[in-house]
This record gives sequence, C-alpha cells and structure tokens, in this order.
Amino acid sequence: MEDAKKLEEFQAKIDAEIKIEPKDWMPEDYRKHLQRQMSQHAHSEIIGMQPEGNWLLRAPSLRSKVVLLAKIQDEAGHGLYLYSAAETLGKSRTEYLDELKTGKAKYSSIFNYPTLTWADMGAVGWLVDGAAIVNQVSLQRTSYGPYARGMVKICKEESFHQRQGYEIMADMAKGSPEQKEMAQDALNRFWWPSIMMFGPHDSDSPNTGNAVKWKIKRATNDQLRQSFIDKTVHQAEIIGLTIPDPDLKWNENRGSYDFGEMDWDEFWTVVKGGGPCSKQRLKHYNDAHNNGEWVRKAAKAYAEKQNSKQKVA
Amino acid sequence: MSNTDDQGPIWEVFLQSKPGLAHKHVGNLHASDKEMALQNARDLYTRRKEGTCIWVVPFDAIVSSTPEDDEAFFEPSNDKAYRTPTHYVLPEGAKHI
Repeated sequence: MEDAKKLEEFQAKIDAEIKIEPKDWMPEDYRKHLQRQMSQHAHSEIIGMQPEGNWLLRAPSLRSKVVLLAKIQDEAGHGLYLYSAAETLGKSRTEYLDELKTGKAKYSSIFNYPTLTWADMGAVGWLVDGAAIVNQVSLQRTSYGPYARGMVKICKEESFHQRQGYEIMADMAKGSPEQKEMAQDALNRFWWPSIMMFGPHDSDSPNTGNAVKWKIKRATNDQLRQSFIDKTVHQAEIIGLTIPDPDLKWNENRGSYDFGEMDWDEFWTVVKGGGPCSKQRLKHYNDAHNNGEWVRKAAKAYAEKQNSKQKVA
Repeated sequence: MSNTDDQGPIWEVFLQSKPGLAHKHVGNLHASDKEMALQNARDLYTRRKEGTCIWVVPFDAIVSSTPEDDEAFFEPSNDKAYRTPTHYVLPEGAKHI
C-alpha cells in the first residue's frame, strides 16, 4: 500500500514537471527503463565512433581531418556523460560496459551499416546526427534530472556535427558528376536506416505507454520521425540531391510530408545483430577494451603506490 | 567482471567558467588517481573553453542530504518570510532602501 501512495506522489511530481533526482523514490520500472535507454544511448555514442574512425586517415584535407577528429572526440565525451548519468541509477560503469561487450545490450542499429565512401561522412553527420539531435532536443525535457542535464550539454556540443556533415554533402553535390553521384549514393543508402533510427511505429512500440506517462519520452517515435523528415527535405532540395522515396509528398492538410513505408524486416534483422557490420563493431570494441588492459593495470598500480606513499609520509 | 575491468573510483567535477564566478558542478568521471582525474576532467569537460579552473573531488568525500531529510532541513524556512526583504512594509515614497 505504501508503494501505491509513493507511486501517486511520484506521478504528481512528474505531472508538475518536477525532475526526479537519483536519491528520490522511483518505480522499479522507471529505473529499469532509464537504465536500458540511457545505456543504449551511451553505447551508441561509443560504437558510433567506429564508422567515422574508418575515414580519419583518409580524410581529403587537413581541415576535414581535424573536424572529424573533434567530432569523434565529442562522441566519446557524450558516451561518458551518459554513462555517468546512467550510473546514478545504481548500476556501475563496469556492469553497463559488460552488457555491451557481451552483446546483451543494444546500441543504435545505424552504426551496423558500413561507411563506404567519404560522402558517407557527410550522410552520417547530416542524417544520422541530424536524427539523433531531433531525439536529443526532445530529451532535454526528460523527467530524470541527470539525463536531462546530460542532454542539454550534448545538444550544445552536437550542433556543429550536423553542419559539418551537411557541408560535406553540399560540397560534393556541387563538385564533379562523380562526386555528386557519390553524395547521392550515400543519401540513398543512409536515408531509410536514418528515419528508422526513431524506432518502430507508435502502434508497434510496446514501451511507449509508460515512457510517455512518466515523461521519459517527451514525443513519440512517429512524431520525432515526422519532425526530422519535415526539416530535412528542404535541405536536400537546396543542394540538389533527391531523397530516395517516391512516396514523399507535401501534405497541405497536415502541414507535413507524407512518406513511404520503411522496411521493418530489415530493421529487426539489424536490431537482432544481423547488420552488415554488427560482428565487426562488437569485435573491434572488445579488442580495444582488451588491448587497454595493461593501461588499466598500470594506472591502478600507480594509484596504489601513491596511496601507500602518502600513508608512510 | 574481472579486476582488470576496474574503471577506478568516481570523481565529481566542478568548473569555474570565468574568474570571479563560483565553481559549478558539471558531472563526474572515473580515474585511478587525482592527476588522472584532473587531466580527464580537462579532456571531458573543457573541450570548448568552458572554464578557467577545475576542481575534482572524490565522490566518497561528498556528504549529501537525502529526500528523507527534506522536511527537517528545508521546511522550517517556509514560515520565516521575515528573512526576505519583501516582508517589510515601507512608508509611501521611501527610496533607496
């Protein structure tokens, strides 16, 4: 009965837009939902460094190289902000990382697609970061304090990511016919996976109910997807590229674009680990982690030595 | 979970954004010793000229009140409006006070 009363007080706080903080009482499902969502979000930032790292040593100019490097460094930082926030839910960093390493935890499926050409760096920044930003802007108002604070910081930093991608696409689209074709090809391959980043339709999304009631999510998958598409169509038009959807059409009544159906079989195949790069991404992560073992050991040994010195002195 | 997966203890990070302002909590990180904590804080929280000074504090060194303390700690000030200037009635026309 105590729980029913607590639950009522909890919901009243949520309804009054009062943030939930780590030491506050929260329903177990709320905690679990956040642990899952925030750690998936963190894992996505970390794994998301790989497709971009693929082009770091082949960036076409020094400028594009320093920019890409800064962007990848940001992704690492964003992963760390999110792990920090997720740890306040009473689960350790090591436990979260363990779930990633063993493949128990998911990350955004988009990173299981390969980045085949330099234009893909454009498409990733413009579309993948663009979609992530739409989601993250909405999450700045999420009900869990540490998550909301992390999102504010991430959104501030990410605003350059999408622009750098769009700049690459715009440059290539006005380059030689081959370069323009490369840009169009990148758009063709990344468009559908990008709009599927928002997840299944609301009608097929079992987690949406409580997540909206508890204001973990401030907008539904379909709302966010629509907002992203409405923003992006014009951006494609002004650089002369074509979004690969024959059903894409402005709907005067809705004040939004209508668009074609996504390939959900492909979506679920990739979510379940059958993406073109799923195995490679996880193996690379594990190798990097294992190769860093001597660093962790040395750092620990150094800290222990310093501590014992301090005790003697 | 083997010992070699150890991420090190948590350090809370406080940043002064410019001289004259108070240090403000910005987040935390894991590091095995205080120098690493400071350097990681620099990399993680000041990539864009966010600050002029960083403090790192071991998480264990922070003592926090809990929501159960709220009543005893913070409610007594609810009925002490006389601690704020708007509580006082001033004669008509009084200035600079």
